[in-house]
Amino acid sequence: MIIASLAFYLFSIIGVIAALNVIFQRNPVHCVLWLILTFFNAAGLFVLLGAEFVAMILVVVYVGAVAVLFLFVVMMLDINVTIMREGFMKYLPMGALIGIILLVELAFVFGGWTMSPAAEGLRLAPAPDMADVNNTQALGNILYTNYVYLFQASGLVLLVAMVGAIVLTLRRRPGVRKQKISEQVARRAEDTLSVVQVEVGKGLQ
Amino acid sequence: MNALPTEGAFAIGLSHFLTVGAILFTIGIFGIFLNRKNLIIIMMSIELMLLAVNVNLVAFSSYLNDLVGQVFTMLVLTVAAAEAAIGLAIVVVFYRNRRSIEVEDINQLKG
Repeated sequence: MIIASLAFYLFSIIGVIAALNVIFQRNPVHCVLWLILTFFNAAGLFVLLGAEFVAMILVVVYVGAVAVLFLFVVMMLDINVTIMREGFMKYLPMGALIGIILLVELAFVFGGWTMSPAAEGLRLAPAPDMADVNNTQALGNILYTNYVYLFQASGLVLLVAMVGAIVLTLRRRPGVRKQKISEQVARRAEDTLSVVQVEVGKGLQ
Repeated sequence: MNALPTEGAFAIGLSHFLTVGAILFTIGIFGIFLNRKNLIIIMMSIELMLLAVNVNLVAFSSYLNDLVGQVFTMLVLTVAAAEAAIGLAIVVVFYRNRRSIEVEDINQLKG
């Protein structure tokens, strides 16, 4: 299965390059497009790991919803791209230092990684044999039984986020003339129209 | 669980995936430090960090044969979507009031 190994290197290298472009591109729109490429490559990695459902969810949720939301907001705001790069060089050394320190620390952690033999016994939901049941079915079997409260709670999180986003961005501007159909329908002739008897030789006051 | 080879020169182990996750996470941190003028790119960096966490969770889930990691990944995805929605709403409101999305300008929220 040398193809799978090559696919791993392909996905991870393109993913890392795309992630670097996300933070180094000048134009925020390009950043979002590179972010989408990163998500696609991560989904490829997930497929290699045998997590097909999560990979598809990643494409649908991240690329289809989150990245498009980013794209909308980036295009909606009128951002001056040249000002955006001020101070880039100022923060570069400190950021590079902290990033390298973090990477070295993570390398130490993962380099010395060995799987404990006791870890096998600590599994909460051992994956069933893939010949009997596919990944999506197996996930559904535990998501809707053992983790149903977590599932509902994540639904509540999304509800709160939706309400919060609407409350934050909805605004009523005074002075905007909109068509109000109920007022138009409720209009009566006697409210707006009056017949006046004008005397001869006098104007209308 | 997965179809990746475990032996030979082209063996792909758990540490390979953890390395990719670590690199993505570091790039996310780095992006937060670099793009101090653009709040939206900072939020994209946060998305990158969450993606790195997801890579780690799915890798452990696959190599341990434990499905809980993938359930947790979906929860992280939910939280990431909620965070993006709320965060971008705050950015839009802030831009309406101040006509900029620079991080230095946001300290007026301290009151």
